[in-house]
Amino acid sequence: MPALPLDDAGPYVAAAYLVFLALILVYVAIMAGKLARIARELGEVSELVARRDRSRSERAEEEAVPR
Amino acid sequence: MFARGLKPLSIASVILVIGSFALVFFYAPNDADQGFIQKIFYLHVPLAIVALFGFVAGGIWALRYLRDGDRADDLRSYVAIHLSLIFGVAVLATGSIWAKASWGHWWLWDEPTLVSFLIVFLLYACYTPLRFSIEDPERQARTAAVFAIVGGAFVPLNFLAVRMAEQLTHPRVLSATGGSMPGEMRLTFIVALVGMAVLFVTLCKYELTSKQASMQLRSLKRRLADDEDSWAPTRRSAAPQQL
Repeated sequence: MPALPLDDAGPYVAAAYLVFLALILVYVAIMAGKLARIARELGEVSELVARRDRSRSERAEEEAVPR
Repeated sequence: MFARGLKPLSIASVILVIGSFALVFFYAPNDADQGFIQKIFYLHVPLAIVALFGFVAGGIWALRYLRDGDRADDLRSYVAIHLSLIFGVAVLATGSIWAKASWGHWWLWDEPTLVSFLIVFLLYACYTPLRFSIEDPERQARTAAVFAIVGGAFVPLNFLAVRMAEQLTHPRVLSATGGSMPGEMRLTFIVALVGMAVLFVTLCKYELTSKQASMQLRSLKRRLADDEDSWAPTRRSAAPQQL
């Protein structure tokens, strides 16, 4: 086939590069979702640590009180 | 372990990809035969080369996993194949757009280059469901490694077979004699290829780092919840769950 003129070829070239850009953006969005999940799980771990520390200090206080 | 060098790699991939696009549109001349539509070549061919190398790299890491039993190699193999599949989608999409503009068809079933890439892509599309179908992590990793090695060996064989096949419509630009690209086109192509390769490595590192962080978090949660009732078992996944 003969070469397409610039007016006809332009949309195809733009489409190809936009497909690539869209794929990268979708990938980055998925990675952002995963990062948000990691941040949420990190919050849960921090809560677990805080709860454990609280229960430990309460136990230590109970043991320190003379009977 | 995986995050080392992520920042410079990210900067390098941004510079190289944007730089290559700038070279494509402002430096490389229009092709005498195809005209402006040939600009897709600088995106489509590097994506295809990097995707195929990614599949082979996945096979090599799988081989290392079977040899040494290091779960990090299983994770590397999984991530390389996963990203190669994403690049493969881009190859098929950009190739179809180029085919429609150049040949008047979105797809040609009698063209060995196109069909062979589709076969490789569909073969690897089975990799994730295969992993997901096996619950035992050890067995999952071993089976996936065997699949990745066989697939990784199939890729270069398939490539050679296609090169030896009769050339129909798909052009052969790169050859053992150096091809027929003029200097500006060659430089643009090399920068685009290096850019895609660096982008692939960067995205691999991103995913490896993210997976490692969630694994460490899960193991920390499990250790912390030893005396708690709140711990829930990990959900089933195709990705490796521990290092």
